[in-house]
Amino acid sequence: MSRIIGGIATTHVPSIGKAIAENKQNDPYWKPFFKGFDYVHYWLAREKPDVAVVFYNDHGLNFFLDKMPTFAVGAANEYRNEDEGWGIPVSGTIDGHPALSWHLINALVADDFDITMCQDMLIDHAVTIPMTLMWPREKWQGIRIVPVAINTVQHPLPSLSRCLKLGRSIGRAIDSYKPDLRILIVGTGGLSHQLDGKRAGFINKEFDKLCMDRIVNEPETLTGYSIHDFVKEAGAQGVEFLNWMAMRGALTGQVAEVHRNYHIPISNTAAATMVLENHAEAKRKAA
Amino acid sequence: MKQDIPGTIMFDGEQAQKGLALNRMCYSFNSAENRAAFLKDEDAYCAKYGLSNEQRTAVKSRNVLRMIEGGGNVYYLAKLAGIFGLNVQDIGAQQTNTTVDQFKAKLVAAGR
Repeated sequence: MSRIIGGIATTHVPSIGKAIAENKQNDPYWKPFFKGFDYVHYWLAREKPDVAVVFYNDHGLNFFLDKMPTFAVGAANEYRNEDEGWGIPVSGTIDGHPALSWHLINALVADDFDITMCQDMLIDHAVTIPMTLMWPREKWQGIRIVPVAINTVQHPLPSLSRCLKLGRSIGRAIDSYKPDLRILIVGTGGLSHQLDGKRAGFINKEFDKLCMDRIVNEPETLTGYSIHDFVKEAGAQGVEFLNWMAMRGALTGQVAEVHRNYHIPISNTAAATMVLENHAEAKRKAA
Repeated sequence: MKQDIPGTIMFDGEQAQKGLALNRMCYSFNSAENRAAFLKDEDAYCAKYGLSNEQRTAVKSRNVLRMIEGGGNVYYLAKLAGIFGLNVQDIGAQQTNTTVDQFKAKLVAAGR
C-alpha cells in the first residue's frame, strides 16, 4: 500500500526562480531563505518519496479568469512550464502519475468534491519553484507529481475548512492506493503578503507564527477564520495558505514538525518553509 | 463581498467582471510575441482587447492603483509590469507612494 511520508510547505515567490538562475543562493539577501532548505534536502534524501502531490494556485498560466475551477486535479503524463510573462526562467518538464491521479479523482468525486480533471495542464512557478527548491538543478528525475490547483485568486475562494477536508479526502485515497509508493504532500505559497492596493507590502509576523504553530496539530482551529478575515490578517495573497491547509489535511496520521524556517522578506513576502512528518500509527481523522 | 479592509480591493465577482478585458490583455502577455506587439503599438493592442476608457487611461499612465480599481488583478498586472522591467516591489512602491528603497526598507522592518 502507498504511504504518506509527510508534508512540505514552502513559499513560491517568482523571484526565487530568478535568484536560482543567477546563482544568488549565498548572497546576504537570499542566504537566510535558501539555507532553510539544507534540512529539506537531508530529509528528502532519507525519506525518498516516489510521488509528490502538490497543492498550489495558478497565477494565469494554465487557467484564465474566464473559466476558473475551485479545485483542479492534474491527470497528465507530464507537466510543462511555459513563459509566464514576468521574466522568470522556464523550467524543465516534470513527470506525472496518471494512475494515481485518476485514483484520487475517483475518490474525490465519490467523496462529493466536484473537481475539474485536467489531462493537459501547464504548471506555473507555484509548482516549479518548490520542486526546484526541493530538488535543486532539476534533480527530480524519478519523482512524479500530481498537481492539485486551488483557486486562491478570484473570490469567492473555498474556505479553510473546505481545503482541509479536500486534503483529508486525498489523504484517505492515498492510504487506499494499492501500489507501494512513498508519497510526499506539498503545499505552496504564502505566508503573509499583499501585492496590490495601498496596503501593498503588508506582512503580519505574529499571524504567520500562529498559522505555523497551529497547522501542525490543531489545523481545525484555523478554520474559524473566514476568507475575509484571513485576507485581513495575512494580506490579499496570504490566502495562498489554503494550499498549506490542504497539504495538512492529507497527513492522515500523527503529525510532527521536524523543521521550520521563517524569514522576512523575500520580495514582498514573509517566506516560510516547514517539514511535517506523518507517522502512520495514529488513528485517522474523519472528514 | 465586503470591501472594508483598508487599502485592499478584494478581487470578487464585481471586480472580475469589470476587469475581464484588462486581465485578458495581460494574460496574452505570457507570449513574447504579444509583448512585442504591445510595445510596437500600444493603442492598437489595447483597442483589440476592448479596454474601457478608465482602463485605457490607467494603462497609458502606468497607474497601478487605477488599474486595480478598473478590475485588474495583480497577478495579471504583473505580466504587464514585466514588459517594462518592473517587478512587484516597483509596483508596491508606486501604489504606496514611496520610493522602491523605502518600500524595501518597510518590508525589512516588518521582520524585526
